[in-house]
Amino acid sequence: MLRAMRLDRRMLPMAMGLVALATPAAAADSLTVVTYGGAFESAANKAFFEPFTAKTGIRIVKEEYDGGLAKLRGMVEAGDTTWDLIDMETSDAIAGCDEGLLQKLDPKLLGDTSDFIPGAVLPCAVASMVWSTIYAYDTTRLTTAPTTIGDFFDLGKFPGKRGMRKSPKAALESALMADGVPAGDVYKVLGTPEGLDRAFKKLSTIKSQVVWWDAGAQPAQLLADGAVSMTMAYDGRIQVARTRDKRPFAIVWDGQLYDYEWWGIPKGARNADASKLFLEYASGPDTIWKLSRYIAYAPPRKSAMLKIDQAILPYLSLAPDNMKNSLRIDAQFWADNFDSINNRFLTWLGQ
Amino acid sequence: MTAEATAVLSERIVRRGVRVFSTAVLIFLVAPILIIVPLSFNQSSYFSYPLTGLTLRWYDFILQSPEWRMAIFNSFVIGFSATAIATVLGTLAAIGISRPSFPLRGVIMPVLIAPMIIPIIVVAVSLYLVFAPLGLTNTHLGVILAHAALGTPFVVITVTARLMAFDTNLSRAAASLGATPWAAFRRVMLPQILPGVATGSIFAFATSFDEVVVILFIGGPEQRTIPRQMWAGIRDQINPGILAMAGLLTVFAVALFLLISWLQGRSGASAR
Amino acid sequence: MRAFLLAVPLLIFLAATFVVPIGKLLIMSVETVEVANAFPRTAALLAGLPGPPALPSRQIFEALAADLETAQDQGTLAAAARRLNTYEPGFRSLLLKTVRQLPLPDGEPADKAFQRIDQRWGEPETWRLLGRAAHRWTLDFLLTAVDHKIGAGGTIEPVEASQAIYVGAFLRTFAISASVALICLVLGYPVAFVLATLPARQSNLLMIFVIVPFWTSLLVRTTAWYVLLQPNGVFNALLTRSGLTAAPVALMFNRTGVLIGMTHVLLPFMILANYAVMRGISPDYQRAAVSLGAHPALAFLRIYVPLTLPGIGTGTFLVFVLALGYYITPALLGGAGDEMISQLVALQINRQLNWGLAGALSVYLVVFTLTVYVVFNRLVGVDRLRLG
Repeated sequence: MLRAMRLDRRMLPMAMGLVALATPAAAADSLTVVTYGGAFESAANKAFFEPFTAKTGIRIVKEEYDGGLAKLRGMVEAGDTTWDLIDMETSDAIAGCDEGLLQKLDPKLLGDTSDFIPGAVLPCAVASMVWSTIYAYDTTRLTTAPTTIGDFFDLGKFPGKRGMRKSPKAALESALMADGVPAGDVYKVLGTPEGLDRAFKKLSTIKSQVVWWDAGAQPAQLLADGAVSMTMAYDGRIQVARTRDKRPFAIVWDGQLYDYEWWGIPKGARNADASKLFLEYASGPDTIWKLSRYIAYAPPRKSAMLKIDQAILPYLSLAPDNMKNSLRIDAQFWADNFDSINNRFLTWLGQ
Repeated sequence: MTAEATAVLSERIVRRGVRVFSTAVLIFLVAPILIIVPLSFNQSSYFSYPLTGLTLRWYDFILQSPEWRMAIFNSFVIGFSATAIATVLGTLAAIGISRPSFPLRGVIMPVLIAPMIIPIIVVAVSLYLVFAPLGLTNTHLGVILAHAALGTPFVVITVTARLMAFDTNLSRAAASLGATPWAAFRRVMLPQILPGVATGSIFAFATSFDEVVVILFIGGPEQRTIPRQMWAGIRDQINPGILAMAGLLTVFAVALFLLISWLQGRSGASAR
Repeated sequence: MRAFLLAVPLLIFLAATFVVPIGKLLIMSVETVEVANAFPRTAALLAGLPGPPALPSRQIFEALAADLETAQDQGTLAAAARRLNTYEPGFRSLLLKTVRQLPLPDGEPADKAFQRIDQRWGEPETWRLLGRAAHRWTLDFLLTAVDHKIGAGGTIEPVEASQAIYVGAFLRTFAISASVALICLVLGYPVAFVLATLPARQSNLLMIFVIVPFWTSLLVRTTAWYVLLQPNGVFNALLTRSGLTAAPVALMFNRTGVLIGMTHVLLPFMILANYAVMRGISPDYQRAAVSLGAHPALAFLRIYVPLTLPGIGTGTFLVFVLALGYYITPALLGGAGDEMISQLVALQINRQLNWGLAGALSVYLVVFTLTVYVVFNRLVGVDRLRLG
């Protein structure tokens, strides 16, 4: 009994002390950059963060988050913004701007904005790279190589399981493109009740064979395990599996759905000037392409595409050959329709 | 054969059947843990038998990795702090509620054990709603308060059970002999209920130590605990490091089991 | 009174960390302030109108124009737009599109300008929805959570089949929880019986098989099943190698995985609850019945089982109630079409930040859980809940 009590008494102050220790302190001439972490962060570290520190002497403090605006909203409302620069996805970048959580960007900072590919500069954010939803297969398992988005939906020609993300986003666009809708008309068609029916009908043709995934790392695993013969995936993940893990994977670019990744400066950022300096540096035509040395994501500037090593060009979403039949994900469309379409998608899944 | 003999025989067969069935169920309970722990020592990063060779590198990996180290640190800091709060508040309340004079017991008891019954997702979302404007999300304090609330019912229940066996005349005797209420509590009641307090606090600690849904909603990257990190690992890319962590947690579970058995041995059969 | 004072600190603590937050979430299911806060002038004018207006007066258009601009400055526009979008997909972008064209050019009447920006401003339906969203109290979320809505005529009607997901999810949650409770009872009752009737030494030893899993982290056990049940996992390797099946069997990302995982996690509760009761039953009763000529099976059913009813009740209640709120195990082991209500509540917050619907789903979940609790308390008595 005594022993148990002594244990308790000793632990209490220790625990309290540890809590006090866990509170971080802020530094003056530093820049707190928040990313999703993982492969993108380590590539950005080599391509942008380290050279920037070497050039300016401004230290970069890296932090991770899981996306979403909830935490940022909390900081801005409390008037205590500890972040200086955020790596964001499109829906967050647009909503963050609408809600006044991000600072408006001065386009002058970015130099010649016409050099950016269309849509890569928003009022509150600038694109850092381009990622894409593609489909991939294992070259050692398929005897004939699929080449079009239609092949993904063709169970007769290419029998076997398919991996897809458990979300209507990207799945419906792919279904329409496979059904012969030209890329430019996809959202127009999807916006009508008949078009939505058509997309679901096409999706239903492969439903029995689909293995649904949630997290971005799963498709490469499914493919490696032979659990699926083809899978929708993010291009960077497949490239990592190909180059680092030496997997015999190939990407089909036809019908690719690309989107941008963004930098945004939060309202009330303490080191906003340093953030702007960083954006000027990292978005510059001489720097922005360097990310692709470390991870296969394309830069959103036309001139930068020319500087890229020709050997890796075929593996980038923005390479002209890969862009022939491609579509940019429409964040506005999904902001309006995700709720109702996702309900329908969930009902459809359960049927 | 007589009817009686048939009955005895069939009873024996039934008994044998029940034993075999029970053994199978017990194996079902432990087998998954027993099967994956050896895999955490596997050379190759594939989860299959036979093992390709034994290694400690996955354990080394998690003990070296900053993320896992932080998760371990957080789990203990949050667990101990939440347990301390839950134990103090829960024990006091249990002493109060066990007195015959306690008013409105039928209303208050359900409130005290509600954290055990209300679905955890409702708790997590509600706390997110209320903590965010207060700046308590993404803080250790917020998670500690939430876990303390989840842990209190266990302390209340175990201490109340212990107090039912406690003879209140002892306290009255101590008071009549001139002891102050505090001294009477410390010298007479506390030693009696301590095993109950300890058992309840272990339950409270285990609750916090294993909790992930609330953390998913109100915790940030700095509040990642072991289960939160495992959740991320399974969702993202399941690697043998997770199995190594699972191995460590299994050892921890055995330790908790031994601790509880020891406490119950001390408290004797009356605690049940 | 002293007795009560001792419980006060915990009551205050639970009120702050538990009762008030949950109460607030449940109130969110009927209260909606986003639109009224963002567009106060418009809301006041719309509330003053007699019935659903054909098309509002120019004054209301002007009020909305002014409200939109203020809302954007104050950062309340986004929340209001999200709220309106739950009525009508596209309402969000209608508002954002309109606000981008403000302030209106001098001299152009507000109603004309709005209809020039988007023709939807000329439709009475748009204004009907705006007027409804401006009310502070609403039944919308509670109706949506059971796949109903208030139609154009003001009557309650079911939503289209393709949008009906919640009733199905509630039924599924109920079915999964009931199945798990039943499976646990079938598996756990005999084990508890064997443990309770064995000599103490042996039973204490075997108890390790129940208690160690009980103390092992939920995440560890779910991970274990994840690894075991994978298409190329240990279990499937065993099946294919032994020739029982030709190809891997789908054991996870479906209902099978959910049931296996949840049963494994909750089974110890069932065993322990029954064991506690069975331990206290003297074998003499049954022996007496048999010696009086009863068939052993009959004696078991008539004498023993009724005596264990409190254990059966407690175990089934615990497993069922805990299963109702399950989140982690179905999220990791379940597949498409296995979503339980907890997952849909999480989805509302993570994806949409739709507090109203999350609150409404919670209302039904909590009310149902409490009903089960009250029934249990009446039949068995909550004092039976023991630990350890």
